[in-house]
Amino acid sequence: MSENILIAAGFGGQGVMLLGQILATAAMYDNKHSTWLPSYGPEMRGGTANCTVVISDELIGSPVTDSPGELIIMNIPSLLKFEPALKEDGLLILNTSVVDRAPQRKDVEVVKIDANKIAEEIGNTKISNMVMLGAYLEKTGAVTVESVEKALRKKLTGKKAALIELNLKAIEAGMKLARK
Amino acid sequence: MAEKVMVKGNEAMGEAAVRAGCRLYFGYPITPQSELTEYMSRRLPEVEGTFLQSESEVAAVNMIYGAASTGTRVMTSTSSPGFSLMQEGISYIAGAELPSVFINVVRGGPGLGDIQPAQSDYFQGTKGGGHGDYHLIVLAPSSVQEAVDLVQLAFDLADKYRNPVLVLADGMLGQMMEPVEFPEFRDLNTLPDHSSWAMQGCEGREPHKITSFDIDPINLEKMNLGYQKKYREIEANEVRYETEMIEDAEYLLVGYGTMARILGTVVKMARNEGIKVGLFRPITLWPFPYKELESAAEGKKALLTVEMSMGQMVEDVRLAINGKMHVDFYGRTGGVVPTPEEVLRELKKIVERSE
Repeated sequence: MSENILIAAGFGGQGVMLLGQILATAAMYDNKHSTWLPSYGPEMRGGTANCTVVISDELIGSPVTDSPGELIIMNIPSLLKFEPALKEDGLLILNTSVVDRAPQRKDVEVVKIDANKIAEEIGNTKISNMVMLGAYLEKTGAVTVESVEKALRKKLTGKKAALIELNLKAIEAGMKLARK
Repeated sequence: MAEKVMVKGNEAMGEAAVRAGCRLYFGYPITPQSELTEYMSRRLPEVEGTFLQSESEVAAVNMIYGAASTGTRVMTSTSSPGFSLMQEGISYIAGAELPSVFINVVRGGPGLGDIQPAQSDYFQGTKGGGHGDYHLIVLAPSSVQEAVDLVQLAFDLADKYRNPVLVLADGMLGQMMEPVEFPEFRDLNTLPDHSSWAMQGCEGREPHKITSFDIDPINLEKMNLGYQKKYREIEANEVRYETEMIEDAEYLLVGYGTMARILGTVVKMARNEGIKVGLFRPITLWPFPYKELESAAEGKKALLTVEMSMGQMVEDVRLAINGKMHVDFYGRTGGVVPTPEEVLRELKKIVERSE
């Protein structure tokens, strides 16, 4: 049985919620079970916004966790909050454009992505979340890239449809970086 | 097979209501259920329905009372403090025996509390809430798909028994997204005929009277005995529950709604460590599956009830077990959601004590 339990966290506005939704929707297109659970309420202002995504071949029990297998971290408060919880041998993907300090854990795999810089090179810093998603896809293979594209096309409609290609480029760049 | 879509619990319950034939919604926004109100404001005009944002929950429930008097499918949704405000009207609606659907996306309490998920409105939902000898039928979904299914069932049960039905969700279920498959749209022509009692215009016939009032105690008692007869019928026919791995289990976890799916993960984790544990999940909180739980618990070493409250459903669990064994309880409240790891630790304490 394969199961991925991810917490994606950052400042409100960095797009971690959308990242999680795209991932959970892609899992559905891959005929897997998935849940997307947002933090909502007081945490959203100033501190960390985060969401938990569970992807599984089996029916999902808990959509909450104390010990995620994977973390996507977009700012320092999120690193401080979630790093201790990460499972041993877990995966920590770090946006080093924002997080200028090293993680403490030695028993996990750390992937450093200069996501804002790369996003800017592609044309828009707002897509740093998709660069991070790309790195996550490369490292975990949790869902197929085809399904991610399908999820993006479903989510970004109307005026936003023009941004699909940009998002896909960002995902590709993230995948490339994580491959190194 | 219909295509699966990724939807937030709140919106999924709204769409389920529309597909069940609900064309009237009266409500007032409150976190963490506001997406439901918002969804209905957008969706109902598309199907020639009516959405009305009332000035308060007190007004909303009385609009429900009026609309339900016509036998039309009608609902409202709210969260804990708003549901408290509706209690007077709900008591009237129960007394007047009107079909209607309420959704409470429960948040932390008491008072204004907070906006995080909780299960501390169990007493309010199952034991009254308003005044008088009445019951709501209470359904507790544990996934977004089940929320969709139970909203549909809620309308059917409301019509069948001419009784208000409550879908008791929580902030987590309202806010989370999961893939769901929606049922087909209900053909409005196939909805139950309420013309024998409803207010639909009395030209050419005797007027119908809808009231929860009778000044003569003998008559009011008669009305009450009528409600009670109906409640016994509901108890006999509508108990719903689910079990997971209880046959060989030595220990039993009991929980409902969101908490129950977290317990599902606890069952897996515990079994991986060699602890034989099963899960009992009431789906109808009223009528509560007393007999079914009693037999599920037979021969078990211990039983642990877990809730996002300080212990409310556990009272019904104890009634079911009737002193035959010790019933342990673990709960977090105020919007704190117990994690599987945390519950597993509690379970292990009980296992250690029992071995």
